[in-house]
Amino acid sequence: MNIKQSFILALKSLMGSKMRSFLTMLGIIIGVAAVIVLVSLVDGMKKDMVKTFESMGTNLITVSIRGRGGNRAVSADDMQELVFENSEVLAAMSPAVTIGNATIKYESNNVTSGCIGVNEYYEKVKNSEVEFGRNISYIDVETRQRNCVIGTYIKKELFDGEDPLGQTIKINNMAFQVVGVLKEKQGGTEGGADHTIIVPYTIAQKLARMSVSSYNFSAADKDQVDKAVEVIEDFLLGVFSNSRAYSVYNQAESLKQVNELTGTMTMVLVGVAGISLLVGGIGIMNIMLVSVTERTREIGIRKSLGARPWDIMSQFVVEAITTSGIGGVMGIILGIVAAYGVAMLVDMTVSISAMAIIIAFSVSALIGVTFGYFPAKKAARLNPIDALRYD
Amino acid sequence: MIDLKDIYKIYSDGDSEIRALDGVNLHISRGEFVAIVGASGSGKSTCMNIIGCLDIPTSGTYMLNGTDVSTMGENDLARVRNRELGFIFQQYNLIPKLNLLENVELPLIYRGLSPEKRKEMAMLSLERVGLGDRAKKFPSQLSGGQQQRVSIARALAGNPPVILADEPTGALDSKTGHDVLEFLKKLHSEGTTIVLITHDNGIAEQIPRVVRIHDGKIISDESKEARV
Repeated sequence: MNIKQSFILALKSLMGSKMRSFLTMLGIIIGVAAVIVLVSLVDGMKKDMVKTFESMGTNLITVSIRGRGGNRAVSADDMQELVFENSEVLAAMSPAVTIGNATIKYESNNVTSGCIGVNEYYEKVKNSEVEFGRNISYIDVETRQRNCVIGTYIKKELFDGEDPLGQTIKINNMAFQVVGVLKEKQGGTEGGADHTIIVPYTIAQKLARMSVSSYNFSAADKDQVDKAVEVIEDFLLGVFSNSRAYSVYNQAESLKQVNELTGTMTMVLVGVAGISLLVGGIGIMNIMLVSVTERTREIGIRKSLGARPWDIMSQFVVEAITTSGIGGVMGIILGIVAAYGVAMLVDMTVSISAMAIIIAFSVSALIGVTFGYFPAKKAARLNPIDALRYD
Repeated sequence: MIDLKDIYKIYSDGDSEIRALDGVNLHISRGEFVAIVGASGSGKSTCMNIIGCLDIPTSGTYMLNGTDVSTMGENDLARVRNRELGFIFQQYNLIPKLNLLENVELPLIYRGLSPEKRKEMAMLSLERVGLGDRAKKFPSQLSGGQQQRVSIARALAGNPPVILADEPTGALDSKTGHDVLEFLKKLHSEGTTIVLITHDNGIAEQIPRVVRIHDGKIISDESKEARV
């Protein structure tokens, strides 16, 4: 008897008791669906996080200077020099002078926003292109022009549809002219990347009454990030001769952390879902054992007609695989539907991975073999005389 | 054809042992129609199981068609059952969820024949017992006599040289039982070797050769001519 016949026979046998077959499959269906939903959601979350990091610039390297007192210090010009000298690994640099909560006023409207002082390379370093107007320029920085570029959230809050270009707004009571509006990055929502104001760093220093302590670099290439970090660290160590006076941090590192975090989450969640697959497998074994007992007489008849132990064995193993395989397919479909359902409900990104589907299906087929083997072995070993006598 | 020499089948149950077959010697030639007759517990069923390769003797040799089957392994025994023997059971033993054609096809499946060939042979066999027009029906839709005819068709499907019938009329009323017996006689006249097990002397009388078993031993072996 070949596998195709065994498969047809198995389908017939399953169709013969639909309710029982479905309930047997349910364990596998739920297990597979759970694996797919969880993996898809974690994957989607990971993609979201990676996208957020990437929108900040994949090649971004952030340097913070804590200093160590005395007269050892670096200036923005020193940093600029470093970029020029190492142009094969470093593409650009911008200082970052952060003003946490600035009060922004335009006529009677006001809003609180973070504000960052940068140079003309900021656009390149942080991928912050303008939608209207222009970005902060070299002249703005050198001559300490009170010009600013605003994010779309600020535009929406302050200008209410009015054209902001050329208007004067007040940042902590200092008057600035709006010269540009940034491209929207995160839907113009509060607290996101669009909730920001960019000013020349030279003026920001005055506004914040502090010197530059943080710099953003961009590496010349994604593959050059590690080398770029090394160049910066070497330079800073030369200046401060103490590695605790500064810290150099890059996106690749945070991406690695995201990957590690989501990897662990996936493992834990898949482990939990795996337990339900195991329970499903035991369900299959249980029902197969019942089925072998119920069909003892049939086994006896088949043996008397010339079925070899292998024929009987393969019949039951194929039946178990068919059960778990159909359960697996139904679980995959349910899992995909449920993943999109959950994602819509809680506003998450789903990413259905082909890998998860392939693994889920293979595991369910494997469960069929594993948990079908023991009952099938039992069936194949039945003595034909006893089996024929069985009622 | 069938040659049993010094066959013993002994079941030991702790201290006591039960001799189901106690030194049986039996020779059946090709084309014979033999009835093995005995009361329940006489050993006739054990004898049938051994002839049918469903059981192996504790000692002794069993030659079937010149091959020693008493020392064969499970796979070889399955092959012998499939090719050399056709079984007819008292309880018909049809598989309820398969239709008649599929039931008759079973031994041919295990023989490894192609689906077309199987269907053709199974259909021929069903037509031979007069049920060709009901091939798609299920056993539960048939009377007992018809079911027994299906089981005969199944036994004949692969054209085995030997048919073993274990109380084939036992579950039937006398009229249909008579029909089944007539059919077996017809088969015999066409050259098939038939071994029939029964406890019914009325049936045994109609069969050319009668072997009587009692307490695991053959107590008489007479042909029809001798009995008259």
